[in-house]
Formats: sequence, C-alpha cells, structure tokens
Amino acid sequence: MTETQPSADGRIEQVRALLAALERGDDDSADRILDEISRVRESLMFQEVGKLTRQLHDTLANFALDERIADLTEKEIPDAKERLNYVIAMTEQAANTTLNAVESILPFAESLREQSNELSAQWRRFRQREMSYEEFKSLTQDLAQYFDVSAGHLEAIQQSLTEVLMAQGFQDLTGQIIRRVIRLVQDLEYSLVDLIRISGRRFKPSGESAQDLKAKTLGPAVPGVDKDTVQNQDDVDSLLSSLGF
Amino acid sequence: MKILVVDDFSTMRRIIRNLLRELGFNNIFEADDGQSALLKLQSGGIDFLITDWNMPGMTGLDLLRAVRADPNLAQLPVLMVTAEAKRDQIVEAAQAGVNGYVIKPFTAATLQEKIEKIFERLEA
Repeated sequence: MTETQPSADGRIEQVRALLAALERGDDDSADRILDEISRVRESLMFQEVGKLTRQLHDTLANFALDERIADLTEKEIPDAKERLNYVIAMTEQAANTTLNAVESILPFAESLREQSNELSAQWRRFRQREMSYEEFKSLTQDLAQYFDVSAGHLEAIQQSLTEVLMAQGFQDLTGQIIRRVIRLVQDLEYSLVDLIRISGRRFKPSGESAQDLKAKTLGPAVPGVDKDTVQNQDDVDSLLSSLGF
Repeated sequence: MKILVVDDFSTMRRIIRNLLRELGFNNIFEADDGQSALLKLQSGGIDFLITDWNMPGMTGLDLLRAVRADPNLAQLPVLMVTAEAKRDQIVEAAQAGVNGYVIKPFTAATLQEKIEKIFERLEA
C-alpha cells in the first residue's frame, strides 16, 4: 500500500535473523531486530492515523463549505435579487422625479421667454419714441405683471432644479447596493471554486472564501430584506432624541 | 466657514456641495475617503465636517473617532450623511460623538435643518 511497507521477503528475512540471533544467544541483536519490526508496525499505524485525520479535516471543510453554499443559495441569493429589484425601483423613481421636474418647468421657461421677447419689442419701440402715452401706460402695467409672474416662475424653476439635484442621489445609493451584490457574487465564485477543488481531491481550500459580507457597513436598507433598520429621518430623529440628542 | 464634504461617490459630493451653496456656503472642500479627509482636517482650517459612513479604506465612523481622538480636532462639529440604517449603527455613531445624523435619501430641507440645529447648539 505504501512504499515504506516492507516486502514479505524482507519480513521473512527479519524473522530468520531474529531466530538465528536467539539460537546463538545474541540478545542484543535479537532486541534490535524486534525493535525494527515494531517500528515498522508503529509507522504504519501513524500513517493510518494521519490519513484518517486528513479525511476528517476534509470532511469538516466540506461540511463548512456545504453550509456556506447552502446559506448563499437559500438566503443571500434571494436577498440579492430583492436588492437588485430595489435598484430598479430606485433608478425608475429617480428618472421619474427628474422627468416630472423637467416637464413641470419647461412651460414656465417657455412662457418667460415669450413674454420677455414681447416686452423687449415694446421696450424698443418706446426707446425709439414710437409709442403713444396710452400704449406706454399699458406697457408699464405689463412690465409690473411680468415681474410678478417671473418671480413666481423662477422660484418654481429653482425648486424643481433642486428636486432634480436631489434625485441624483440614486447613483450613490444604488452603487452601494450593487457593490454589495458584487461581493456576494465573488463569494459564491470562491465557494464554487473551493467545491471543485475538494471534489477534484486537490484538498486545498483557497482561503479566499467567506469575504467581508459580514462587514459592518451594509449600505442602504432594502425594504423586506434588512431587519432592525430605521425607515426614514423621523425614525433617526426619535432614536437620537431617546439618546438625549 | 470652511466645510469638508467626504463621500466616496462624487455624485453625492456634488449634490451636497450644490445644496450647501444654496444655503450660502461657498467655501467647500471635498475628500473621497476617511484617510484623505483626516489629512485635510489635520492640515487645519476646516470648520465643519459632513461625512458618509460606508467608504472603502477608512470609513466615516473611523474618521469620526479619529477626529474626536485628535486634540486639535476634537471639538469639530460632524454631521453624518449616510445610508447606514441599522439602529445599532446610529447608536454607535451617537456614542462616537456625532453631532447630527442624516439618513439617505434625504431632502434639501432636512440637510438644512440639521446643519442649522448643529450651529444653534454650538452657539448656545
């Protein structure tokens, strides 16, 4: 079975030598030969124990890996699907917020431009002294009205632009979620590679598995997936105020 | 008033920078992780720190702890703007000495409110 195991001939040789030593009363030689024979037995036994230990270790490693893969497939992959669905929802929401804001302010921008074109034409006539007093009176009223309206419109435009600005936060939030899913995919990859190594009897786990999925930072809370999280700023505020903030 | 904004996503830094400009703050500096932020803070002159939490390298929480541990920076007001939403984490940030905690996604009004609240406290 192994190269250190002596052949049958070798054993017979040893026994003959032992017998010969005993017959001629050479106790020293007899003891030495007996020691040799028992050493062979011991080393064979140690080899077997070593082999069993290795098998036990591999079985345990296999078991841990099976558990990791089970965890990945039963929990983390479905979670990852939820996270990616949430990414779709968030990007859709951000796109809609942006489009709504743009659609709401385009008419304002258009009407401001039309009115200012019209007023500037009248103003030119006034400067060229082509305008009657009655017309001028009506122009001053138009101008006053324009200032009122434009102030309102510009404020609405500013508000909508801030909405567009805030909506871009999706890039950060979805980026964090996607990074987390990438880590999961990587972890799955390492676990599968380990599984192939073990089943290929190259008993060397990569040691790269079980990445930092249990990292302390989790990124944005995904509804229905992450537990024990706050839902909004009000939750944060009340938690902090309960701490004396 | 010099403000340092720390976030690994440049889009978020731009959003915060623009909001701060609307609020009348024009002297804004940026860093993309805790380590470079700490160097910037230690070189002096920053009056207010706004930081994300989840960043590669040094996280915002570690940055906060480093700030509180540095005698020259210990009093610096720190506002955390982060998506980290676990209750334990918010408690952890509070214990580490954060002055305010804004959860992402946030509104312009929330950011303004929290900044003003921090300044009110500092003046009181």
